[in-house]
Amino acid sequence: MKRMKKIKTIAELKQIIEEQTLSRKNETAKVITVSSGTCGQARGSLKVIEALKKAIKAEGLEEKVKLRITGCHGFCEAEPNVIIYPDRIFYQKLTPADARAIIKETIQGGKIIEKLLYKDPQTGQKAVKEDEIPFYKKQKRIVLGDNVFVDPTSLLEYFSVGGFRSLIKAMVELTPDEIIQTVKESGLRGRGGAGFPTGVKWEATRRSHGDIKYVICNGDEGDPGAYMDRSVLEGNPFRVIEGMMIGGLAIGARESYIYVRDEYPLAVRHVTLAIDQLHKAGLLGKNILQTGIDFDIHIAKGAGAFVCGEETALIASIEGRVGEPRQRPPFPSIKGLWKKPTCINNVETWANIPLIIKNGADWFARTGTNGSKGTKIFSLVGKINNTGLVEVPMGITLKEIIYDIGGGIPEDKEFKAVQTGGPSGGCLPASLLDLPIDYESLTGAGSIMGSGGMIVMDEKTCMVDVAMYFLNFLRDESCGKCISCREGTQRMWEIVKDISEGKGKKGDLELLEELALATKEASMCGLGQTAANPVLSTLKYFRDEFEAHIFEKRCPAGVCKSLIRYVVIAEKCTGCQSCKKACPNQAIQGTLKDIHLIDQSKCIKCGACLEACQFEAIEAQREVAILVE
Amino acid sequence: MSANQTLDQDKIRQLVERHGGSKSKLISILQDIQAVYHYLPAEALKTVSRLLKIPLIDIISVATFYRAFSLKPRGRHVATVCMGTACYVRGGPKILEEFERQLQIKKGDTSEDGEWSLESVACLGCCAIGPVVVIDGDYHAHTSIRKVGNILKKYRK
Repeated sequence: MKRMKKIKTIAELKQIIEEQTLSRKNETAKVITVSSGTCGQARGSLKVIEALKKAIKAEGLEEKVKLRITGCHGFCEAEPNVIIYPDRIFYQKLTPADARAIIKETIQGGKIIEKLLYKDPQTGQKAVKEDEIPFYKKQKRIVLGDNVFVDPTSLLEYFSVGGFRSLIKAMVELTPDEIIQTVKESGLRGRGGAGFPTGVKWEATRRSHGDIKYVICNGDEGDPGAYMDRSVLEGNPFRVIEGMMIGGLAIGARESYIYVRDEYPLAVRHVTLAIDQLHKAGLLGKNILQTGIDFDIHIAKGAGAFVCGEETALIASIEGRVGEPRQRPPFPSIKGLWKKPTCINNVETWANIPLIIKNGADWFARTGTNGSKGTKIFSLVGKINNTGLVEVPMGITLKEIIYDIGGGIPEDKEFKAVQTGGPSGGCLPASLLDLPIDYESLTGAGSIMGSGGMIVMDEKTCMVDVAMYFLNFLRDESCGKCISCREGTQRMWEIVKDISEGKGKKGDLELLEELALATKEASMCGLGQTAANPVLSTLKYFRDEFEAHIFEKRCPAGVCKSLIRYVVIAEKCTGCQSCKKACPNQAIQGTLKDIHLIDQSKCIKCGACLEACQFEAIEAQREVAILVE
Repeated sequence: MSANQTLDQDKIRQLVERHGGSKSKLISILQDIQAVYHYLPAEALKTVSRLLKIPLIDIISVATFYRAFSLKPRGRHVATVCMGTACYVRGGPKILEEFERQLQIKKGDTSEDGEWSLESVACLGCCAIGPVVVIDGDYHAHTSIRKVGNILKKYRK
């Protein structure tokens, strides 16, 4: 790559952006775009890249074919995948062995390789191009869209898609008040969970007294099951930074922080590289482009504490202290980092800013519902066919996301619930599948938008177990400052654990509800205030499942260990010995081609046999012993 | 303990100075120390306390608050099983149990020979390819109870 010279003026920056966009437009080489975020790399994208490089070299095509290593393309199920431009051919689930064929047959021969195409599991239809795949069809990828076009480690690539034009517009054409007005009019609300209007937050920080102000990017994506912020930071860090620079300009901040989870090493690396390049290019630091504007960005790495996603705890963590939240008001916009006015927004919120400035508030507000504008990225995961990151217009229904984009539930199992909003959210049942997704409707249903995790659960998921999971998470992550949260989550967990172990008794559910409300009412920060949601929502929609555990000592989904036993269904068993080999405790007896038997006294209920059996001959049945007790 | 005696005080001093000796950089300093030693040796914390003029009790409080820090030496290999929601509903807890059985240590412990540490994490953010296990920085996607033995074999040479 060319060495970036220092850009001295706005005119120079304009020129370099023009040059880069033009050179992309005139690109004659074929481009193979390889998805290589954390998920892609975990599935072997780096080896595919090596093999592609080798194959390109072997054919002497270095001048004619360009390899672009990008962040995540979103369709995680199909990793590692490539898109070949200009034809937009989508090849999926690649191995290094496919590289030669891609170069020889597709690049040189112009032929499509059938076996590498995506095949719709429902219709059996193959898709050649990326946009023919049902997963992408209903999406509106305004934030994630550029991920496939840019190498996230190259500032020049970001220029080539028009990057930093919005910053120029904000510097040259708009006053700080006009920037804030645009963001307010767009209707953008915080994408981190609570949905506070972004422009209002900016205005409050701008109006606060003080020479020193800060902006912070909250990349402490702690909700288990949500990873859109990781993907945006990994795949398009310059976009987030451009948003922060525009925010800094509007608010009057000269210093900023990106707080990013330590569990995201690739995101940390890409953000660090981006900041370094911007320093070298003269776009960060003192007197940027001779405008007299100073702006700098520091990275603060989280150290594995969920509560640090809460803004006052996050501030404490940047200051090097224990991440305990504090009472608000005063809000950070008045008294934040180092007691100075501070504006904190989530990664996805910042990534929306350059788009709003570039295209205008009206353009943004055209998408979405009355109260919730724009798009939202969800991580569609769990028991779903097409797992991945989906960006959809606000107001789309759960059903459209789960069935049209997500392709439904694997193995023809029945949908049971979808969990949104992480440990602060709730589980929504099938009867709410037509719910349009926006901030208000989700809250009304007992869940929240949250940062966008969407975990799909099928009939084999036990809702008591899910409630226990979240309570265990929350009691672990509660910082302990408020007794209602510290003890409330602990006691609720104990009760639900007892229920899952068959020790539940009459009155438990009422006590749970009482505790949940007390925790909600008496806790200071968002963690405690929403800790009741996983319990209350599961109790509201799946009470019968709790009651089955308590009164019948039965786990309908066959998950809670104390209430089940694994048995071999004699009619289905072929005597193949797969389960016997899989059993870690030698609890399965039976010779080849004979019906097998599980010795209950040795069985540790690990489920390895169930996983190993190809014939559905192992079943989790009701544990009868517990009834005798 | 031997690790304490061999602790390179100059190294700790360098790490502290790299952050300008600033009190507010405590977490970053602890992260750097842990990157070198894979845990936070007691002697190192005392040195940090002296250099930053922060009472040791406050440093311990930070070191124990954040999950990423370990006050105990960790093994040569570290296996981290993801317990995020998506991994959980796809069988994460069973994977963790299988690791406990095969390594014969409980979550949070290190084997006596110092070879293995077993940990869990709240979410690694690669939910689409769960259940996920990370060993020494390598991500293993779509793990299952049956795959655990083979995964471990690669590191047991």
